[in-house]
Amino acid sequence: MIHPLPPGTRDVLPTEMRELRALSDRLRVSFEGAGYGEVWTPLVEYEETLRRGDDRAARAGVYRMFDDRGRVLVLRSDMTVSIARLVATRYGGVQPPVRLSYLAHSYRAVERGRGQAREFLQGGLELIGPAGAEGDAEVVSLVLAALEEAGLRRHRIGVGDGSLVRGLLGELEVPEERRGTLLEHLSRRDLVALEVDAEELGLSPGARDLLVAIPTLRGGLEVLDRAEGPVARSAEGLRALYDLLAASGAADRTIFDLGLVRELGYYTGAVFEVYDPAVGFALGGGGRYDELLGRFGTPLPACGIALDIQRVHAAQAAEERLG
Amino acid sequence: MSDGSVAPEPGLGALTLAVPRGALFEETLDRLDALGIATAEVRDNPRRLLFSGPTLGAGVERIVTMRPSDVPTYVEHGAADLGFTGKDVLLEAPSREVYELLDLGYGGCRMVVAARAGDDAMEESLRRLGVARIATKYPGIATRHFAATGRQAEIVEVKGSVELAPLTGLVDAIVDLTATGKTLVENGLEVREEIVGSTARLIANPVAHKLKAAAIDALVTSLRGLGR
Repeated sequence: MIHPLPPGTRDVLPTEMRELRALSDRLRVSFEGAGYGEVWTPLVEYEETLRRGDDRAARAGVYRMFDDRGRVLVLRSDMTVSIARLVATRYGGVQPPVRLSYLAHSYRAVERGRGQAREFLQGGLELIGPAGAEGDAEVVSLVLAALEEAGLRRHRIGVGDGSLVRGLLGELEVPEERRGTLLEHLSRRDLVALEVDAEELGLSPGARDLLVAIPTLRGGLEVLDRAEGPVARSAEGLRALYDLLAASGAADRTIFDLGLVRELGYYTGAVFEVYDPAVGFALGGGGRYDELLGRFGTPLPACGIALDIQRVHAAQAAEERLG
Repeated sequence: MSDGSVAPEPGLGALTLAVPRGALFEETLDRLDALGIATAEVRDNPRRLLFSGPTLGAGVERIVTMRPSDVPTYVEHGAADLGFTGKDVLLEAPSREVYELLDLGYGGCRMVVAARAGDDAMEESLRRLGVARIATKYPGIATRHFAATGRQAEIVEVKGSVELAPLTGLVDAIVDLTATGKTLVENGLEVREEIVGSTARLIANPVAHKLKAAAIDALVTSLRGLGR
């Protein structure tokens, strides 16, 4: 008899499980080896906790339930908020830096028929304490090395500045009520709509060109040289990151991407996305979230990244086929 | 690459294009011709779906042809790096994660609400029954249009000639795409409301947009150079 599963979930049988386990173990060894101790947190959190961290993280949750006292529980949509809660609660008196890693499932609403999972396994790390480029470089270098360790050869990391777009809209004096749509068009890279927006806003030709160009400014170091005006400050921060990455040999895998906007709102600095040519979706992502821990009463800068294990597995399999 | 530590990437930079077999087919191929991409084989083989070879030109190694509404699906999943598609298709599936790079200008048409000429079935249904029955191949666009205008509608999804639905009393009106309005007139229908205009767009897979940036930018620049 055939019994159905909830949409977006699936079973894993031994062959795949062995490979997933081997991949997870390799990542765990890389993370632990760099001093990132593994943690485990409950799959369910109070909705209120997720909302305290990030409203969008709470809304992204797909499975909700009530407990025996009528409180709303959510299957977590994201590990980072749970880690922030954990650090605030359990590492109160500890001197930073705190280095943590995890291999855990999260759940996110995905439309049916998209060929994407609602339940996904993430392997990630969070670095709490070190601020700015130094912390960013540690996280980026480690994740690139871990993927190489796992057998990937062609992977790249996109690096942008999560505060760039918001700052730019402020400096261009875009009216508050227009910012929501504009941010959406920028993050979706709807360049056609963006050109219409820029026209309607009546920006100066220079400002208009800058706004429309941002989603296309991606590539090597030369991208940072092309950054002008309000974008130059972001470019400076990214250049500092580049120098550190160059020192650790990770610079060749870095793609600067000034139009990179991550969907969650808690990012305050560098943002990352991991790519491999064998997979049409990002393998993972993350960034700097210097204000998130403050929302839980422990104001500390932090930075993290999470990999979608199943997508990394797909990239790994493609790499093996190439030989 | 400043040193040799990163493996060379076979074929990285060579593009796969998704081309819709439908109303946009000929004009899309005309644009590709103008960019120096060989399309004769695509034109001469209406049943073949995949065309590849290093000889296609302009950094393109593969052309895949498909039903128009499938273009965003192939591009979202990275099975094609770039695709040519109508804005109507993108509006119908707004959650697809693809980048919209360019309004290509051709393939102009309008999404409209149409009903039988000289008949107010939709108004009467809304007034007396509280809900209008609407047939369409675009349930997403139709649902959003009626919700946004504060009217209740029952959307009936049909796959074939939607013009038939109001003539047989299946529905009060239709939401459909029209270029000239000729098919509507021939079936005794008239345009009641304009929902949105549509033209052909160039879309990109988000990962390819970064990993094949140079090839994609070159193609976008040449397409822009052709004008609308």
